[in-house]
Amino acid sequence: MPEVLKAPLVVEFPFTRSLGPVQSAFLTGLRERVVLGVRTGDGRILVPPVEYDPVTSEEVGELVEVAATGTVTTWAWNHEPRRGQPLDRAFAWVLVRLDGADTALLHALDAPGGPDSVRTGMRVRVRWARERSGAITDIACFEPHEAHEPGGADEPAAHDGRFENPVTGIVAPARLDYTYSPGRAQSAYLHALTERRVVGERCPSCRKVYVPPRGACPTCGVATSERVDVGPRGTVTTYCIVNIKAKNLDIEVPYVYAHIALDGADLALHGRIGGIPYDRVRMGLRVEPVWPDGGGHPDHYRPTGEPDADYETYKELL
Amino acid sequence: MPAPRPLRDIAVVAFAQTDHRRTSDELSEVEMLMPVLHEVLAQTGLKTGEVGFTCSGSTDYLAGRAFSFTMALDGVGAWPPISESHVEMDGAWALYEAWTKLLTGDADTALVYAYGKSSPGSVRDVLTRQLDPYYLAPLWPDSVALAALQAQALIDAGHTDEPALAAVASRSRASAAGNPHAQLRGPVPRGGYAVRPLRTGDCPPVGDGAAAVILAAGERARELCERPAWIRGIDHRIEAHGLGVRDLTDSPSTRLAAERAGVFERPVDTAELHAPFSSQEVVLRKALRLDDGVTVNPSGGALAANPVMAAGLVRIGEAADRIRRGESDRALAHATSGPCLQQNLVAVLEGDPR
Ligand SMILES: [Zn+2]
Repeated sequence: MPEVLKAPLVVEFPFTRSLGPVQSAFLTGLRERVVLGVRTGDGRILVPPVEYDPVTSEEVGELVEVAATGTVTTWAWNHEPRRGQPLDRAFAWVLVRLDGADTALLHALDAPGGPDSVRTGMRVRVRWARERSGAITDIACFEPHEAHEPGGADEPAAHDGRFENPVTGIVAPARLDYTYSPGRAQSAYLHALTERRVVGERCPSCRKVYVPPRGACPTCGVATSERVDVGPRGTVTTYCIVNIKAKNLDIEVPYVYAHIALDGADLALHGRIGGIPYDRVRMGLRVEPVWPDGGGHPDHYRPTGEPDADYETYKELL
Repeated sequence: MPAPRPLRDIAVVAFAQTDHRRTSDELSEVEMLMPVLHEVLAQTGLKTGEVGFTCSGSTDYLAGRAFSFTMALDGVGAWPPISESHVEMDGAWALYEAWTKLLTGDADTALVYAYGKSSPGSVRDVLTRQLDPYYLAPLWPDSVALAALQAQALIDAGHTDEPALAAVASRSRASAAGNPHAQLRGPVPRGGYAVRPLRTGDCPPVGDGAAAVILAAGERARELCERPAWIRGIDHRIEAHGLGVRDLTDSPSTRLAAERAGVFERPVDTAELHAPFSSQEVVLRKALRLDDGVTVNPSGGALAANPVMAAGLVRIGEAADRIRRGESDRALAHATSGPCLQQNLVAVLEGDPR
């Protein structure tokens, strides 16, 4: 059995999210070095703020300003920071209850003294990011703050939540890295393509030949295993004329995109038809693949010059 | 308030799972899943077309591909069309959906399956994408880090300490010695800190696997299985998504779900807990008031094998198998999802009186 294929697969997406009034005020506040919380019906102050009381589900929106200093309620030492995390050297994850708040905020604590310098109950303060845009990362991290300053900030002050140029949305970029492996059946299919062959797999139960094979017969729910060479010639079963130019695709419009039943296959696959004016393509047209240099999927299919296939021979494959 | 009795008697009548392995890159998801589907059908003699309802649990984020679950449908014989549904959650929640479907009388049998391949990506990073996108996800706090915060909170509260956590892990893997499907078995080193206070030994193995269960109602269950595992109650609850709002040393959602499922009405003899981290077992034992008379995770639990999206369904299947084999008369099964036991499902399973 040829070796199973693997390839890097990167999934990246910049999620654009809008903010409600409470989150907008909180994140804009961070940009202005102000930490806002929200007061619930029973007087508790939630930081970071949400738009509803997590206990009663009542809508809340009364904003208050809390201190940028607080107390660690729990922590965990992260000796190997991972991509995207707030600090690139060892740090502590912390939940911090800011002075004036009743709930804790998750962030990183820069603790140059190492894990032995961190404890639950320790006093910390916000270290602001130099460049701030209205995001949770405007807090660069927390840092130890053992100063003996008088309190004073403990009583949260009312805040109208208004700022100039409030942020109303965030863009949350995400990136995940995978090593994709298509499994046994599709690996065999891709291997064969490099030799300019097309292979399908036959269902042991209904005898249908699937191409590309996915390892299972969707009708019978059993594994397909018997490998079958199909094509390379085939018949156009149906098609459409594409008039919209795709981004990053170097194909002149209009062109024809077709379903092609390769000889010996019980399922049509799709491909582009070339080598014939787009308005001459028809159902039943006999075609063959045009292979790219170096192997891989056919670049397109072109007419073989044979007489058209009889409708009866491909009507089940439409 | 006693839990109301379900409208119909519904039981787990069959269960199958893969061997859970660190990688399975020679197999696509459907290739990994199919043997399990065939095995669970063979246990009952049902054919694919005879199952009344099919429900699955998985997540696109593990695969890195949109609508990845539709490919897995090739394995259930979805043509001609079947009555089918999918949850982007652990299969335990798919089982909950199937259970409600059977309660309505729309179907008498259901196939529930779940699968997850963690090996293609980094599951610690993948799971950060289920967090609050405004306040948490931009910081990329991974699943081990969040569990470690919970563990430290438990230690500070005096509920456990590092040696006690190590004992949970070593007991789990010792129990798994009798579980041929488990990924980690027998003595496993405590290891260095993953994120302190959790050591690698306190964390679940990363692996690939699948599981499937068949449910049946009433007499149909007796026809298909000698000793069905009747679902006497099942409930699931969720807590505030803000971690700093919650008391991480407790799990009120688990307790409430257990109450509504009828756990506290009579003692259970077995508990299959979905606690991927040793510290989470401490929280669950307290929330569920389990004493030493209860056999906890005889399968080894999620510390022995944690196929993400299937590990919760495996707990229900393992509990049901104990009943079907006559090793238990009343068992509890628990599944969790989200950071630090955010969402919890509890089911009570019973065998017929002997
Ligand atoms: Zn077939």
